[in-house]
Amino acid sequence: MKFVAVSSCPTGIAHTYMAAEALEQAGLAAGHEVVVETQGAAGSTPIDPAVIAAADGVIFAADLEVQGKERFAGKPTIDVGVKKAVHDAPGVLAAAVEAVKAGVATGAASTAAATPAYAATRQVGTGTRIRQYLMTGVSYMIPFVAAGGILIALGFLLASVAWAENGAIEVTAVDQAVLWTAFEWGNLQHWSVLLFQIGAIAFGFLVPALSAYIAFAIADRPGIVPGFVGGSIAGLVGAGFLGGIATGFLAGYLAHWLSTRKVPKGVRGVMPVVVTPLVATLITGALTILVIGPPMKAINDGLSSWLNGLGDTALIPLGIIVGLMMCFDLGGPVNKVAYVFATTGLANAAGDVGSTEARVMAAVMAAGMVPPLAIALATAVRPMLFSEAERESGKSAWLLGASFISEGAIPFAAADPLRMLPSFMAGGAVTGGLVMAVGSGVLAPHGGIWVTPLIGQPVLFLAALLAGMVVSTVAVVVTKGIGRNPNAAALEQAESLEAMTGAR
Amino acid sequence: MSTIPLITPELVALDIVAADRDGATRQLIDLLAAAGRVTDADGFHADVRAREAQMATGMPGGIGLPHARSEHVAVPSLAVGRVPAGVDFGAPDGPATLVFLIAAPASGDAAHLKILAALARRLVHESFRTSILLAPDADTVADIITREVNPS
Repeated sequence: MKFVAVSSCPTGIAHTYMAAEALEQAGLAAGHEVVVETQGAAGSTPIDPAVIAAADGVIFAADLEVQGKERFAGKPTIDVGVKKAVHDAPGVLAAAVEAVKAGVATGAASTAAATPAYAATRQVGTGTRIRQYLMTGVSYMIPFVAAGGILIALGFLLASVAWAENGAIEVTAVDQAVLWTAFEWGNLQHWSVLLFQIGAIAFGFLVPALSAYIAFAIADRPGIVPGFVGGSIAGLVGAGFLGGIATGFLAGYLAHWLSTRKVPKGVRGVMPVVVTPLVATLITGALTILVIGPPMKAINDGLSSWLNGLGDTALIPLGIIVGLMMCFDLGGPVNKVAYVFATTGLANAAGDVGSTEARVMAAVMAAGMVPPLAIALATAVRPMLFSEAERESGKSAWLLGASFISEGAIPFAAADPLRMLPSFMAGGAVTGGLVMAVGSGVLAPHGGIWVTPLIGQPVLFLAALLAGMVVSTVAVVVTKGIGRNPNAAALEQAESLEAMTGAR
Repeated sequence: MSTIPLITPELVALDIVAADRDGATRQLIDLLAAAGRVTDADGFHADVRAREAQMATGMPGGIGLPHARSEHVAVPSLAVGRVPAGVDFGAPDGPATLVFLIAAPASGDAAHLKILAALARRLVHESFRTSILLAPDADTVADIITREVNPS
């Protein structure tokens, strides 16, 4: 068999390379071809995409996040950590062989289902690459937003208890210096300020982290410094998340260009530590302040004031639109546009649960919860319409839906897109519109039902969610009954099995 | 390419006696410091300890591999110690009798890092380790390593 592997370790000078050598040697001994990409301190050379395409399986012997993981999507993969590969490379290789056999054993179905996703990542058109860079930035940014947003919300929650009235406003007015000069352990107000301030600081990394990790996706480590600095400056000049996206791409391409220059031997040693970060940061910073800043600020201000200027009557259509988008492709590009719009918009929410941005976030989150919940309900009330495997999948969809993981509905949508997706979108539109109508807002970008206590108007929020869920469920049940015959039912059962094995 | 070799006979200790991995590591660090390759022995030792605390560097086959990238390292270096009585480096199969201390500068350039990468790759080979265990003197150890470690 043919394998591709990625190795990395915290220091990047020893285990990365020992693991690579051990895997290659184990491959020679066992008669397998193993090609390893060492993501260590000496820099890494990406494996030829043709080699990846020809590989039967993938081994991640990595203690750090694998760079360019999407290149390996759709292949049977084992993830073992670097130490295991150094200590027992033959065992790791044997496990990889097993994984490949297991992948093959589920039949041509799994290969068929996996291939389209893989083919999509291999077409590295400029548009696809830019979307991948953007999504890398977003995926690194979300934990900051999650930690910060939830801490802020918890701070508000505690503040509403700690102060007699207007706690959520009082907590923002307290001088944070009280925390390290006069903190009282029994004082609830101080605790709420503590939560709020930590959350606010974590939240403040939203734009810098977005920018830094877009640059990181483009240029690897050299992109991080100019990306972070550019993102911070984007925040400083008021360019918001749009500015952060621009500085991320600018810093990334600049750092990439600089780090691939041929330079004299004497200078080479100081390139990665001094010259590349210095020059890339200077140029990114200057361009951000002088060139990108002003128009970005205008766009961002325009978007914000447009959103804020929308009355309740205009917000409802917006809720419907983001609801439709969330349910259109369940984690695909259209869904991501709505989600990124909402999460990055939180930068302008200024910690206010009643702000338009927080309400957009609430609409997006609620709409994204609809498809898996509707599927779960449909399989519970009309089990005969679904295959055995689908009924099982429906049970786990309760938890996935409640946690705002829209992807839980993908097995069903992939098996029967023409019936499922319009049904989901109908429910998503209802929920999105209703959440806007009742005025719920949320500062947490994720969390689903578990952050309900942090949501403005929680009961009405849940009612809006429930309404969309029922609409979707009815639509699923009705459309499932249209144009069905026994053969089609059998076919669908097979298709849904394929989709589920492929999704794993 | 660096003109200073990764290892010299002065950086080889054939007969280390140490109670624990910290002691063995320290003796090798002192060799590096005496050769002027490490500017601050205590500082570098702290960096090595920090790395060791993340994940023990003991490998099957009686190998200990303390290492760190550190600002206290002037020249990328390797110090080798044989510990006849063995010293625990957290490997699953017992104590280490051969300890390699890799010292990398915090800002090593690509050429240096490639040499260290090549060294790490050689360490996986049992024949390489055996030849060092059986070498008659420090000069031979340094020769073997210099000869075998060729960055590709």
